[in-house]
Amino acid sequence: MTNNLETTLPVLNRLGLHARAAAKIAALAQSFQATITLERNGLQADARSILDILGLGCPQGSEIKLRAEGPEAGPAVAAIIELFAQAFGEYT
Amino acid sequence: MTPLAARETWPQNKVLKGIPASPGIVIGPAHVVSDKYKVQINRYYLTSDKQIAVEIDRFRDAVALTREEISTIKKSITDEFQEHAYILDAHLLILQDKLLYDATIRTIQYERINAEWALQEAVHQAQILFSKIADPYIKSRIQDVEDVSQRVLRHLTGGNPFDFGKLTEPVILVIHDLSPVDTTQMSVAKVKGFITETGGKTSHTAIMAQSLEIPAVVAVEKASQEIATGYTLILDGLNGTVVINPDAKMLDIYVQRKKKFEEFKLDVGKSSFLPAITLDEHQTQVLANIEFQEEVDLALDYGADGIGLYRTEFLFLRHQRLPTEEELFEDYRSVAQMMRPKRVTIRTLDIGGDKFASHLEYAPGINPALGLRAIRFCLKERTIFRTQLRAILRASAYGQVRLMFPLISGIQEVTDARRILAEVQEELAREGHPFQPDMPVGLMIEVPSAVMLADLLAKEADFFSIGTNDLIQYALAIDRGNKHVANMYQPLHPAVLRMIKQVVDAGHAAGITVAVCGEMAGDPLYTPVLLGLGVDELSMNALAIPVVKRIVRHASMEEAQEFARHALQYGTVDEVNSYVTGIMAKRFPEVFMFGRELASAA
Repeated sequence: MTNNLETTLPVLNRLGLHARAAAKIAALAQSFQATITLERNGLQADARSILDILGLGCPQGSEIKLRAEGPEAGPAVAAIIELFAQAFGEYT
Repeated sequence: MTPLAARETWPQNKVLKGIPASPGIVIGPAHVVSDKYKVQINRYYLTSDKQIAVEIDRFRDAVALTREEISTIKKSITDEFQEHAYILDAHLLILQDKLLYDATIRTIQYERINAEWALQEAVHQAQILFSKIADPYIKSRIQDVEDVSQRVLRHLTGGNPFDFGKLTEPVILVIHDLSPVDTTQMSVAKVKGFITETGGKTSHTAIMAQSLEIPAVVAVEKASQEIATGYTLILDGLNGTVVINPDAKMLDIYVQRKKKFEEFKLDVGKSSFLPAITLDEHQTQVLANIEFQEEVDLALDYGADGIGLYRTEFLFLRHQRLPTEEELFEDYRSVAQMMRPKRVTIRTLDIGGDKFASHLEYAPGINPALGLRAIRFCLKERTIFRTQLRAILRASAYGQVRLMFPLISGIQEVTDARRILAEVQEELAREGHPFQPDMPVGLMIEVPSAVMLADLLAKEADFFSIGTNDLIQYALAIDRGNKHVANMYQPLHPAVLRMIKQVVDAGHAAGITVAVCGEMAGDPLYTPVLLGLGVDELSMNALAIPVVKRIVRHASMEEAQEFARHALQYGTVDEVNSYVTGIMAKRFPEVFMFGRELASAA
């Protein structure tokens, strides 16, 4: 069965979705069988692509819409929520 | 030969300004080198499917080589700092990112275009994507994409750094950027001078140019666009001027200036190996500030009595990882050995804020100069500090090594730093490493609070060294980088003179020596004032040593003290400036001829 999930997440860390944070998201997204997209201000990014994520240009305080589809959509969303909640392990 | 018609359209007497990086004046033909890092890329079509397959393989191979290259760098980072290798992880992800990797392969396949061009196309698309980002920090990360693609491009093209062997006649080289390695490969016979579009006064490349005695002007904007190969250039490495296609009158002015400068240089050179003793036999130490090991030769050539400040940041910034104790030890040991029996004063890491962002994720903050840096950083990142202290102590067995702590603001920092030093000494003794147990430990006085506490700090130290650059900045609350207030940065501000005096008096009362190691020490205009205030040692850029020594040798301590006493009586900067300038113009006119230019052209 295929899941289709959607949620909105705030960017908590001070530097926003910069190279380090984007790298963590992309590496995580690549480990799941799911199509994961991030969306901000109408722009969409493939969560497996660090450049796509950087291209969203998300500073601290921005809101990101997260969508996942596929057999592992559930665990993928849970893991990404966790990553956002921890502010990517960075200063907030 | 260039056709005459073309020559007529050449710009004449056009003046470009840059930063003087290596003193001297040269006149000669320009040779413009196109930016070597932007590897020349041709575009060509692939005519058969077989060619396309070969091209895709070639691209995949280059990516694989790049991945290996980045992974190797990553592996060389020690375990405890793996966390900070994130930028390399990001590079690995960028390398295989669909916007770069897949897009390049798609372009090769469907547009039947060669790999280099296809990759460049993908980078261009990324640049467009990033140009739309509002956040300046994230926007700037396009640099990572460019870095990664440059690595791939170099593997694709086999790399083609500029070949100096191709030069057949002596030229003035005009190039976007020159790496220190390129600089060392430059044949002095074929390169009379060089102009770069990037770089600064203290860049490694500038230092190499000084050692090779090749005049250079750096940070000349758009030099390679303004100048074409074959133009006649005047390069004035004293004041950072470049004149394009000078007319007869201009040429004459510069030929005269060149002659006068060379006479002056020869003249001051004579006293550079003599001790800096005043006419009434008061001896001063004139020392060199260095940043790289390669500068030791330069310091010795210019007659330094020792190294008064060895800045140790370079090894920490050179790689994407932290240096090991062995690497630091080898570096410090060779400097100590090369200088022996003269002394080497090693300043512990003066780093922090933004500079360290690639290693350790301390956000730079709005005000990095007032942030977590220097001794504060070291007392927090003790592993780094201990590693450096171990390396310095071990090097002390091989020469006259002295240690100094930067940015001290109070007693507690000295107590803490000394305690760690003592622990490290015990550790080394236990392990059987030789070191000098009574290596002198000094403090940099560059925070106003340290000036106020100088009498107490003097009891905790073997010597003081006043870092005037920071002290002036902090005392006058002036950010030199801010053009609206930069002119208020005044070494002769009455408050600055009083602070120097207070530190000198406190040091002498406790029986320790006081040095000045900021730019002020290397400006011959201030030499007599500093002497008169009682400063025992002056440490400066090596190029300034001959001029400063000459002034010391032509002055008497008595007149210098009188001079300082007078200077201290004025209440405003303008009064002090005009007093000092007036006296110096009468007593040491050479300071204003070439002295200051020679001293500051570095």
